[in-house]
Amino acid sequence: MARFIKVLVAKPGLDGHDRGAKVLTLGLRDEGFEVIYTGLRQSPEKIVQAALQEDVDVVGLSCLSGAHSYLFPKVVGLLKEKKRDDVLVIGGGIIPPEDVPHLQEEGIAGIFGPGSSIGKIAEFIRENVRERAA
Amino acid sequence: MELVEQMLGSDQLALARLITLVEREASETPQIIKSIYPHTGKSYVVGVTGPPGGGKSTLIDRLTAVLRRKGLTVGIVAVDPTSPFSGGAMLGDRIRMQQHYLDSGVFIRSMATRGSQGGLPRTVRGVIKLLDAAGKDIILVETVGVGQTELDIMEAVDTIVVVLVPEAGDTIQTLKAGLMEIGDVFVVNKADRGGAENLVAELEAMLHQNLKQTWWEVPALTAQAANDIGIEELYERIESHHQALQQMGKLDLKRCEQRKKELTNMIGTKITSKFSELINEGGEFTRYLEIVERGELDPYSVWEEIIYDRVLLRTWMRRLEEEIR
Repeated sequence: MARFIKVLVAKPGLDGHDRGAKVLTLGLRDEGFEVIYTGLRQSPEKIVQAALQEDVDVVGLSCLSGAHSYLFPKVVGLLKEKKRDDVLVIGGGIIPPEDVPHLQEEGIAGIFGPGSSIGKIAEFIRENVRERAA
Repeated sequence: MELVEQMLGSDQLALARLITLVEREASETPQIIKSIYPHTGKSYVVGVTGPPGGGKSTLIDRLTAVLRRKGLTVGIVAVDPTSPFSGGAMLGDRIRMQQHYLDSGVFIRSMATRGSQGGLPRTVRGVIKLLDAAGKDIILVETVGVGQTELDIMEAVDTIVVVLVPEAGDTIQTLKAGLMEIGDVFVVNKADRGGAENLVAELEAMLHQNLKQTWWEVPALTAQAANDIGIEELYERIESHHQALQQMGKLDLKRCEQRKKELTNMIGTKITSKFSELINEGGEFTRYLEIVERGELDPYSVWEEIIYDRVLLRTWMRRLEEEIR
C-alpha cells in the first residue's frame, strides 16, 4: 500500500502575491507529493473546509501581508475544532523572526521564509507528518 | 464499520477518510465497499471529459451552481495526472470551484491518477460509490484533460459531456474515432472566441450522419462557462439524456454492463500487477531476461521458449496463486 502525502498550499488573507506559493506547489510536486493549491484570498474557514474534504496530511500557509499572527493560528484552531488537529501546519511568507516563537506556540510546526530550499521543506514534511491509523 | 456509520450519518470527515482509504487501496477497502454497497445506486453520475484547458472545471463549477439552485446535492471528483517521473501531482481543478467551498451540499474531492493509465484512476469507481452512499443526488466526475483515446469514463458514468473549444479542429477531427464517439452531450466552451458556431455545425453534421441510437439525438451546444452562459441549457440536456435513458430502460442496462466491466477490469489489473512484480523478482526467469538484454536473441524467439518452459510456467502459477490471496 503506497503512502502518498497530500499537501494543501493555501493563501489566507488579502495579499495578491502567490509566486512563492506556486513555486512551492511545483517544487513539492517534483518531490513526489500530491499538492492542491487553493488560490488567492482564502478565508481560514474555506482553507479548513478544503483540507477536510481533501483529507490532506499537510497545510502550507503563505502570507505576505503581515496578518500571519492572526490568520495562521486561526487555521490551526479551526482544524482542531473540526477534529483534524493531526494535520501538520507549516507557514511561509514575510514573517519577522520575532513572530516565529508565537506562531510555533500556536501550533505552526515550521516557518519557512524567503530563501528556504524546497528540499529542506520536503524533508521537514516527511519527518514530521503524522502517520494516521485510519 | 464505525467510519461507514458516521459517513451514512452525513459526517464529512468520515467520508473524506473513507475516500482516502479506498484511494490508497488499503486493506480495509473490501470491507468498506461491502458495507456501503446496499446504499449505492441512487446518485446520477455525469462525466465531464475533453482536452486540457477546455474549461471543464469552470463548467463544473457553474453547473454545480445550477444544480444547487434546484435543490440537488452534489459530489465532485476532479482528477489530475500523476507525474510519471516524481510520482507527485498538482491537483488544480478545485481552484475553479471556490464558490462552493462553504456549501455543505457540495463535496469536492481531488484525485491524482496514481498508477493508472487513461483519464481516471482505477479507484474512481469506489470513490463514486462512497459519494453515492453519502447521499449526493448528482456526482460530477472530471477526467484528466484527455487526448483521443482515454475513454475509461464510459465505464464509470451515466451521461458523458465532452467539452471542446472553438479551435478544436475541422471536419476531419470530428470524424475521428474515440472522444468524438463517446459524448452524450457536446459543449463547445469559450464560445466568445471565433469559430464556435462552425465547430457546432461540424459536430452536428457528424452526429446526424452517425446516429448511435434512435432514442437520443446527441446535441452540440455552445457555452461560455466563465461568463455563466449556456449552463442552464447544458443542465437541461443532461437531464433530457437522463430521462431518455430511463424511459428506454437503458439506464439499468448500462449499469449492468458497467458492473460486469468493473469486475473483469479489477481481475485483470490485480493479476497483471502481481504478475509483473513476480517477473521483476527474477528467479528462473532471469536467464531469459539476460539473453534478451545481451541481444543474443530477439524477444519473439525468447517468448516461444518461455511458453514451452513447463517448469517456469508452473512456478509462476504457483507463486501467483500464493501472492494474489
